[in-house]
Amino acid sequence: MIGTFINIGERTNVTGSAKFRKLIQADDYNGALDVARQQIENGAQIIDVNMDDGLIDGEAAMTTFLNLIASEPDISRVPIMIDSSKWSVIEAGLKCAQGKCVVNSISLKEGEADFLAQAREVQKLGAAVVVMGFDEDGQADTVQRKVEIAERSHALLTRKAGFQSHDIIFDPNIFAVATGIDEHNDYGNAFIEATRQIREKLEGCHVSGGVSNLSFSFRGNEPIRRAMHSVFLYHAIRNGLTMAIVNAGQIDIYDEIPRHIRDTVEDVILNRRDDATERLLALAEEVRDTGGPKKEAANAEWREKPVVERLRHALVNGIDKHVVEDTEEARLEADRPLEVIEGPLMAGMGVVGDLFGSGKMFLPQVVKSARVMKLAVNHLIPYMEADKRAEDRQEKGKILMATVKGDVHDIGKNIVGVVLQCNNYDVIDLGVMVPTEKILEVAKAENVDVIGLSGLITPSLDRMVDVASEMERQGFDIPLLIGGATTSRKHTALKIEPQYSGGVIHVDDASRAVSVVSRLLSDNTRQQVLDEAAALYEGIRENRSPDARAKGGVSLKVARGNRFQADWSSYTPPQPGFTGVREIEDLSLADIAEHIDWTPFFHTWGVKGAYPRVLDDPKKGAVARDLFDKGQAMLDRIVKEEWFQPRAVVGFWPANADGDDVALYTGEDRADPLGHFRFLRQQGDKSAGRPNLCLSDYVAPKQSGLKDWIGGFAVTSGPEPDRIADRFAQDNRDFDAIMVKALGDRFAEALAEYLHKRVRRELWGYAPDEALDNDALIAETYRGIRPAPGYPACPEHTEKGLLFQLLDAEEKAGISLTESYAMWPGAAVSGFYFSHPEARYFGVGRINRDQVADYAGRKGMTVEEAETWLSPSLAYDPADPEEAVKDAA
Amino acid sequence: MATQSSNTDLLLEVAKERILVTDGAMGTMIQAEKPTEEDYRGERFADVKADLVGNNELLSLTRPDMIRRIHDAYLEAGADIVGTNTFNANAISQADYGLEDLSYELNYQSALLADSMADEWTALTPLKPRFAAGAVGPTNKTASISPDVTDPGFRAVDFDTLVAAYSDAVRGLMDGGVDLLLVETIFDTLNAKAALYAIQSVFDERATTLPIMISGTITDRSGRTLTGQTPEAFWASVEHVRPFSIGLNCALGADEMRPHIAELSRIADTRVSAYPNAGLPNELGGYDETPEQTGGALGEWAEAGLVNIVGGCCGTTPDHIRAIAAAVDGVAPRDIPASKTSLRLSGLEVFEFRAQ
Repeated sequence: MIGTFINIGERTNVTGSAKFRKLIQADDYNGALDVARQQIENGAQIIDVNMDDGLIDGEAAMTTFLNLIASEPDISRVPIMIDSSKWSVIEAGLKCAQGKCVVNSISLKEGEADFLAQAREVQKLGAAVVVMGFDEDGQADTVQRKVEIAERSHALLTRKAGFQSHDIIFDPNIFAVATGIDEHNDYGNAFIEATRQIREKLEGCHVSGGVSNLSFSFRGNEPIRRAMHSVFLYHAIRNGLTMAIVNAGQIDIYDEIPRHIRDTVEDVILNRRDDATERLLALAEEVRDTGGPKKEAANAEWREKPVVERLRHALVNGIDKHVVEDTEEARLEADRPLEVIEGPLMAGMGVVGDLFGSGKMFLPQVVKSARVMKLAVNHLIPYMEADKRAEDRQEKGKILMATVKGDVHDIGKNIVGVVLQCNNYDVIDLGVMVPTEKILEVAKAENVDVIGLSGLITPSLDRMVDVASEMERQGFDIPLLIGGATTSRKHTALKIEPQYSGGVIHVDDASRAVSVVSRLLSDNTRQQVLDEAAALYEGIRENRSPDARAKGGVSLKVARGNRFQADWSSYTPPQPGFTGVREIEDLSLADIAEHIDWTPFFHTWGVKGAYPRVLDDPKKGAVARDLFDKGQAMLDRIVKEEWFQPRAVVGFWPANADGDDVALYTGEDRADPLGHFRFLRQQGDKSAGRPNLCLSDYVAPKQSGLKDWIGGFAVTSGPEPDRIADRFAQDNRDFDAIMVKALGDRFAEALAEYLHKRVRRELWGYAPDEALDNDALIAETYRGIRPAPGYPACPEHTEKGLLFQLLDAEEKAGISLTESYAMWPGAAVSGFYFSHPEARYFGVGRINRDQVADYAGRKGMTVEEAETWLSPSLAYDPADPEEAVKDAA
Repeated sequence: MATQSSNTDLLLEVAKERILVTDGAMGTMIQAEKPTEEDYRGERFADVKADLVGNNELLSLTRPDMIRRIHDAYLEAGADIVGTNTFNANAISQADYGLEDLSYELNYQSALLADSMADEWTALTPLKPRFAAGAVGPTNKTASISPDVTDPGFRAVDFDTLVAAYSDAVRGLMDGGVDLLLVETIFDTLNAKAALYAIQSVFDERATTLPIMISGTITDRSGRTLTGQTPEAFWASVEHVRPFSIGLNCALGADEMRPHIAELSRIADTRVSAYPNAGLPNELGGYDETPEQTGGALGEWAEAGLVNIVGGCCGTTPDHIRAIAAAVDGVAPRDIPASKTSLRLSGLEVFEFRAQ
């Protein structure tokens, strides 16, 4: 786990949490361990343990608690901050921890001799240290004193106590502001400025602070306190604060603080006007607690409510802690176990569904609710089986789901499945690569009410057409739902819906899936939904204006004439470090993880928005953060415990452009051909100066006489993401199952990015000095591209065939191709490397009949085959003879 | 003290030039000698009540010839560093035999044996100087785990008790003239931290230092120490002593150990050592890997630039060491990477914190 700003909680701190103090005083160490565990489950990266209380024997309590933590691997996973103002307590704590801890804190308060003696002990015991801004003259309250003490401490620690700078953390004292005493007005500023100077002067050191002091004057007014903490942290972090001790429940998102509160608070923190304190006091009178912030009290409260409400609360909030006991209580009250499901549990899930439908809950939260629901239902199943009358229980509906033959992508399908299950539908999930016959066989045998098909890659669209026409042939009359990234309303309207009269509906996201299914399965609304859908698709078919072609487009000849013309006369293509194929060994998960682009991760979860902005999004921020924390936590385990076995293979071949193809050769004499990669050219009607691009434009043509090369690669996170997901799914851990797959996909993409970097810097080696951070990588500011077959620049999937053959990808990277040219394992990426400095990513867009015919000729396919593989890129309807005539004319 | 520091310089020098080879198993070799109860007791311990068979460290006092012969065999096979016969020569382990008071003497005498044999071989092969490493074992108690499942807060030994026992042992080793200290077979990092604390305290007390080798034990395929740390977390816990080397030994054969050595090699800004067992134990508790197999595996690690120091643990013999020495002969030692400047903390796992 790598962090950049640490927020250290106060929950295992007797001075920060009354609850924890009471547990320790009552010797309830199991309860105290629960507090620590919860804090880690909520994403704490370090836990702060403080036992400083007059009624507690600090040394004994610290020793006992840390020894107990050592026996709890889910807690002792993270480092401990040993927090005490008593040296003996710190020492006792350090002697119980095998890991590297942080001591909080030591200072020059009692002079250099004491300071050095303690510092030396801390160093010998192998801990990092927090140094308070305190010396023989007292606490530092001005910038100058804070910085002076830091410098003096730093010199002593590094020169006389054997510390390295990065193990030193300064705490330059956060004091209360807006106390009514004028001298206190600049305390916020002083801390922030001291932080800036310390970070600048003492390279490598860290700065931390205890934030809750700041708002001491506003005890009891949580909204003002939270706003103060947030505004303060916002400015302090920008000036170099690297850690803070603050109760996470006591901070708001800076951007979410109402403007007038934020401004007034900012005036106080930054000491911007003389009357700032008065104005904040006046505002504090208006802004009173509106309930809610006291989460711990609320926690206790909901447990007091009747069981039906407790179950609802647990489902809506995704709390699994008490659900089994509550379900049991409800069961005992009910006549029959089924009533618990049909009553309180369904009611609770109904609320979840409503909140989800109205955008007030997000997918990750719904998945958590589903888990709670499953736990409850699992508890009831044995009782229901025992309850003979359960036989006549009515199912809400049975839905069969499958990813079609040839396709391996299923995260979206799994999410829909979970959401449906949490709405108490019986979901039969046949998994991935399911042949049409099997789908229909199971549908009949299980007497399902709806079939849902999913697919991500282009050829899956045809499989879906197959399923629809086969359903028609076999006389099915149940609705068919279509979903997945490659599907569209238009494709459904044009291709699938006409094949099947039993009703076809395209569903573009999980939230819609639930409402569509519920309306389909209700006798009152079924016909209405089907009629609406039929009308919609009919309208699309009628109004279809063949867009690309309507705008004109140009002939292939014209497009080729307007190709991208590199200046080959003044260009020498860079020669790769080797030709042929090479497996890349020693892939480090940690290195790969650093290349993850997080934005698509959020998309997978239906939380759309660019990372990192999405974390601060007023509506989705909280969910995104939660998701991000959970993702990071799992990522951490993936890396540390080596869950994945990534593999990669790279090849470079002598190559020259040959028209729109790129010809590959066996050797540098370029005598014996190895094969051709076949590319497609844009046929849009371009404005002046904008070429009709084709990937082959980026490779030196034969006629140039230049030696050029093309590269290829295939990478995968390995089969583990799928295997681990299956295990999670078996344990009812649907959230984790989806998460591990989502991360598997991210790893494959990150590996492609990482490998491309190595290709640029060393393997092809045309940019040995390139130095870009991850943002720049994602922004693609580097030289060269790595387009993937099936994606916009080369949308035709069968090109993977030759690529995989040349790379020997099955042998060398463990990736095989399905008959639809999908890669298995699914967490895989493959593509080409182009080194030309002007190479850019682009989309081929729609192509016309002339190019399809030409391409079919080059590929040795019939035009019909080519049209099948190119169907999403076609600018025309191959089934429409009128268009053919028009095109010909 | 002057000899200590000049030996330290020499050690640092040769470690730059070549991959150093340590010795193999002491226990395996002692077992092969089949010492009897009488061998263990000698005259001096004839009246001790406890059964003394298996108290291998005692042989340094009662059968020094045997221990000397084993050191000689390893040095002859090409070991640059031989470990003293002191794995359990601490008051905590010796308490099992009622011999806790012997700790200092066991360490002192064992150090003399190893050091004198190393010196003899240095005189024979001056271009290949030899070194004696004072072995500091884990003791037979663990400070991080309760032996009583019903009382997880209980500890059979605490930090201060370990520090006292280790301090005594380290004083004996240093007085006996070892050239470096080897804290090995670490299955509980808290025990090791006590040993390292003791070593630093003895250094402070004498105003001198020696190079420290640290070698942990990944107990099984979980890839963690017995007390649950990952190799990276283990390194974060002990790097504060700026050791001469960090590495792994025991429990695993070379094949199982490789990924963890590769991990340490990637992260540690000091030398990396590895001395695996001769494979995993067979059903009779013996070890089957041949010298060629072990040598081949470690030779590959050397070629891959993973290691600075190699050797053998349980089941390895002078023939294994000979094969290992031949396999790494002429292969450049691993380059030590630049130090990281981020704050790294650890629990069972590492938390790396990079200030922006």
